[in-house]
Amino acid sequence: MQHSTINLNLKVWRQKNAKDSGRFETYKAENISTEMSFLEMFDVLNERLINEGKDPIAFDHDCREGICGMCSMHINGRAHGPWQGTTTCQLHMRAFKDGETITVEPWRAQAFPVIKDLTVDRSSFDRIQQAGGFVSVNTGNAQDGNALPIDKDKADASFAAAACIGCGACVAACKNASAMLFVSAKVSQYALLPQGEPERNTRVMNMVAQMDKEGFGACTNTGACEAECPKEISISNIARLNREYINAQMSL
Amino acid sequence: MPLNSRIPAGELAQKWGTYKSTCKLVNPANKRSIDIIVVGTGLAGASAAATLAELGYNVKTFCFQDSGRRAHSIAAQGGINAAKNYQNDGDSVFRLFYDTIKGGDYRAREANVHRLAEVSGSIIDQCVAQGVPFAREYGGLLSNRSFGGTQVQRTFYAAGQTGQQLLLGAYSAQMRQVALGKIKEYTRHEMLDVVVIDGKARGIIARNLITGEIERHGAHAVLLCTGGYGNVFFLSTNAMGSNVTAAWKAHKKGAYFGNPCFTQIHPTCIPVSGDHQSKLTLMSESLRNDGRIWVPKKQGDTRKPNEIPEEERDYYLERRYPAFGNLVPRDVASRAAKERCDAGYGVGASKMAVYLDYAAAIIRYGKIELNKQGISNADEATIIRLGKEVVKEKYGNLFDMYEKITGENPYEIPMRIYPAVHYTMGGLWVDYELMTNVPGLYALGEANFSDHGANRLGASALMQGLADGYFVIPYTIGNYLADEIRTPKIDTNQKAFEDAEQAVREQINHFINIKGQHSVDYFHKQLGKIMWDKCGMARNAEGLKQAITEIRALREEFWKDVRVPGTADEFNPELEKAGRVADFLELGELMCIDALNREESCGGHFREEYQTEEGEALRQDDQFMYVAAWENKGKEGWQLHKEDLVYDVIHPSQRNYK
Amino acid sequence: MTWKEYFTSSIGRKLVMAITGISLILFLIVHATVNGMIFFNDHGEMFNFYAHFLSHNYILRLIEIGLFIGFILHIVQGLMLWSQNNSKRPVKYAVNPGNATSKWYSRSMGILGSLLLIFLVIHLSHFWWGTKMALYAHGDAEHNLFEEMKNAFSKEWVVVVYLIGVISLCWHLLHGFSSAFQTLGINSPKYNGMIRNAGFIYSILICLAFAMMPIAMYFGWIA
Repeated sequence: MQHSTINLNLKVWRQKNAKDSGRFETYKAENISTEMSFLEMFDVLNERLINEGKDPIAFDHDCREGICGMCSMHINGRAHGPWQGTTTCQLHMRAFKDGETITVEPWRAQAFPVIKDLTVDRSSFDRIQQAGGFVSVNTGNAQDGNALPIDKDKADASFAAAACIGCGACVAACKNASAMLFVSAKVSQYALLPQGEPERNTRVMNMVAQMDKEGFGACTNTGACEAECPKEISISNIARLNREYINAQMSL
Repeated sequence: MPLNSRIPAGELAQKWGTYKSTCKLVNPANKRSIDIIVVGTGLAGASAAATLAELGYNVKTFCFQDSGRRAHSIAAQGGINAAKNYQNDGDSVFRLFYDTIKGGDYRAREANVHRLAEVSGSIIDQCVAQGVPFAREYGGLLSNRSFGGTQVQRTFYAAGQTGQQLLLGAYSAQMRQVALGKIKEYTRHEMLDVVVIDGKARGIIARNLITGEIERHGAHAVLLCTGGYGNVFFLSTNAMGSNVTAAWKAHKKGAYFGNPCFTQIHPTCIPVSGDHQSKLTLMSESLRNDGRIWVPKKQGDTRKPNEIPEEERDYYLERRYPAFGNLVPRDVASRAAKERCDAGYGVGASKMAVYLDYAAAIIRYGKIELNKQGISNADEATIIRLGKEVVKEKYGNLFDMYEKITGENPYEIPMRIYPAVHYTMGGLWVDYELMTNVPGLYALGEANFSDHGANRLGASALMQGLADGYFVIPYTIGNYLADEIRTPKIDTNQKAFEDAEQAVREQINHFINIKGQHSVDYFHKQLGKIMWDKCGMARNAEGLKQAITEIRALREEFWKDVRVPGTADEFNPELEKAGRVADFLELGELMCIDALNREESCGGHFREEYQTEEGEALRQDDQFMYVAAWENKGKEGWQLHKEDLVYDVIHPSQRNYK
Repeated sequence: MTWKEYFTSSIGRKLVMAITGISLILFLIVHATVNGMIFFNDHGEMFNFYAHFLSHNYILRLIEIGLFIGFILHIVQGLMLWSQNNSKRPVKYAVNPGNATSKWYSRSMGILGSLLLIFLVIHLSHFWWGTKMALYAHGDAEHNLFEEMKNAFSKEWVVVVYLIGVISLCWHLLHGFSSAFQTLGINSPKYNGMIRNAGFIYSILICLAFAMMPIAMYFGWIA
């Protein structure tokens, strides 16, 4: 790839803490290599802010290889930016044009309050998981791994759902700030496996109840979550969640 | 303090069984009144926390990320080894044990590694029961693949996201215990000191990263499951937040640090693209099965790779190692790439990369396809098209990832690769029970030094993390806690807590008040460069001595001139980084001291003075068959303690790849 | 979980929307079919006959009550969901993705539904109210709904209002039809294409049929 440099205007959300009301601030990012990742561009900007005696921009990030789910920026109106199936950390500056203005906002949802700048609190996802996202099996109780054969197609579908990285892009992208794609991915992973069978009904009931309690919206099937999910998790999982939810209540 | 590894007596294969049958137990009623702190929620931490909570202990977990699910175990790609012998290809506990010892270049403890191999099968069972969606065959049974040069297929996997699936399994078990009230989780908390009272670990000091509050937490035992310290090199395949702080604070409170210089450099990573580089991304080693590695024969050649004719290319691995070619072991491949680049033959903008070329493989596969499809008289374009289809099927996801990061299409242009720091075999010294030399203080997973010797085999890190957490610590911790049942709840108003908290506060305030000229990263990058150049893939006495001097000077400058913006009582990522880099600046020195002390080459530790005539690693078993456990002596530096490695069953021999 | 908790949960509310939505979709078929009788161009004879039958059959009048409940549930629940969902993002984004991630009408069900509600009030006041009044005032006597239609659709503003209503209905159905199936958990590669196509054809056909009525009457194509 021919390496080139570009200049950008960044409009970044700054908010000192949860109580602050926040506002946009504009920064110039100059001589940005197109080989940089989006977060490396922020590193460069922060380095400059520190050297100028200003407060650097706080943002969440960790693995920077698209799997930990920590990074979470809403870039030009898109969760994780313009590239499909890509987390913010894997987005590279080639995606932008010289002179472009980029607006960067935190995930916005009642259930994801801002901690500082672009950092939000996603502990609501942990609590949804606590409500039922597990198989109740104590260590040491397991039978042999091959004792229960599992249809390969089901195992693969279960894996595809389990590939969710819990980043919250689905919530950020949804006009209702709904967490249905996240919840459905977890419910589907277990619903497709025999190991999930014993707690099948209580799991879906409890996880949905917790989702509602956390203040996420309801799903209106717009499909924005699926379009923005960096792991490209399908909304067919949401249909499965609905099915599980119906079955759980209707069963005698 | 003399080092006692507390390895049980008896036959190697009986040791763990005997230990389990004879170790002390804590009755359920007493477990309810015992508190345990687990720091770090990766594979080792999450599995330990969940299992101990299931047993009835009160557990508190701490992690600096916003959720336990973010720990860097999640990034492991390849798989997890287990001696299940599902493939009927002759695998056994002994073979897994043997491969791991040999892979570690005979610098690991026999008894620990045998135990690891023994429990490996149970890990798979447990994960399957938790609903981990491992890859399966059409018959519905678990699938295996081979990995890292072993002769059997014993690696279980979930596409290229095995670490993710295993971690989410352990995390789900942990979340279940949180819901049951047996685990209290503290996310966005960083442990900043261990509290030791009367020689025993009794708690930690942690900082709430959102509010900046300094908290005291007491417990009857403290488990450090805080991963490796590869980020001492600044650039590594580790996550940005991975750090040594918890282990280092423990080290400064008396825990010995084992084999700090043993680091693993992985040969196939996407190279550095500029000064802005923040981390490095691993490309699966499997790419070397079909790709050919080369550099131009001319120094500083600026032509595009496709413009360089065949006769002007140097396939240096094939030239130097005709028998193994591109499939030489990780350390050899890494060093050879470094040698070429240092000599001025490197490629790409930075000149610190070599080509991994699939053109020949595409043609080869294309021709095979022609035969399969019965096409004759095909033109070159058809062969290439068919070949690309095969390569896409085998390596498509890796090629896509490469293209995303570099913007280059690897089907058309050779990939550029370079070695990168990946894993640290060294860590806190622990005995057979995973306890450090500080009673009540344990280290699990990558944070300890124990099972991989001088080099870790592929697909073994996940195995060790989960073995420690699910199947080892639940037994061994009882042996200690059985004598602690009379210890009441730890009172955090004791003076030791007060002092530790005060020290933490002072350090934080000190950082804020330096108000120097340079950011934390400025120092971190310099440290990384020193470490990479002088304590990286190849080391020599002179370079290491220089490195030690340079690190000391850099450390001094850091403490005078670092700039930490913001305040102590807010969410302040720069402050977090400052604390971590301060510890790396001390660890770096110890790594160099250890590397200087170990006058031999073994595994990932290559001392240029100690190589065979063919340039291979030359061990000095008569002098260095020991674990170097370093005791921190404060201002006076470090004191070396040696734990001799005794091989009862395996007879060490020189590794030979020719 | 109690039934009350169940149907007031986020998915429960959606199930109510889907079930009532499908009932209304079925109702529209009946409605369009009966009204389509005007195209026989027999001075409304056939149409008036069926209209009379529908408003005087006791079983059908019982079903009509069910239909009303369906309408009310769909409207009330829809409005509640709309306002609740709106409150889940107290601070809005400065930049929105527009149509890059979803179709505009799938995001606009609340607005389209509200337009439909306004239309519905006008529509009922035009025809339903008159019919019911006539029913109670004159008992079993013939009520000439056809004439009433002709009257109403001779005014331009009424035609325009009806066309706006029908267009809103079309967009509403384009998302609502397949959305109802997704909510009921029916999503499988086997059926997705079928559902999508059926929804598309249904929305266009029904709305075309309804749109033609005021147009045809206004231009006097139907005597």
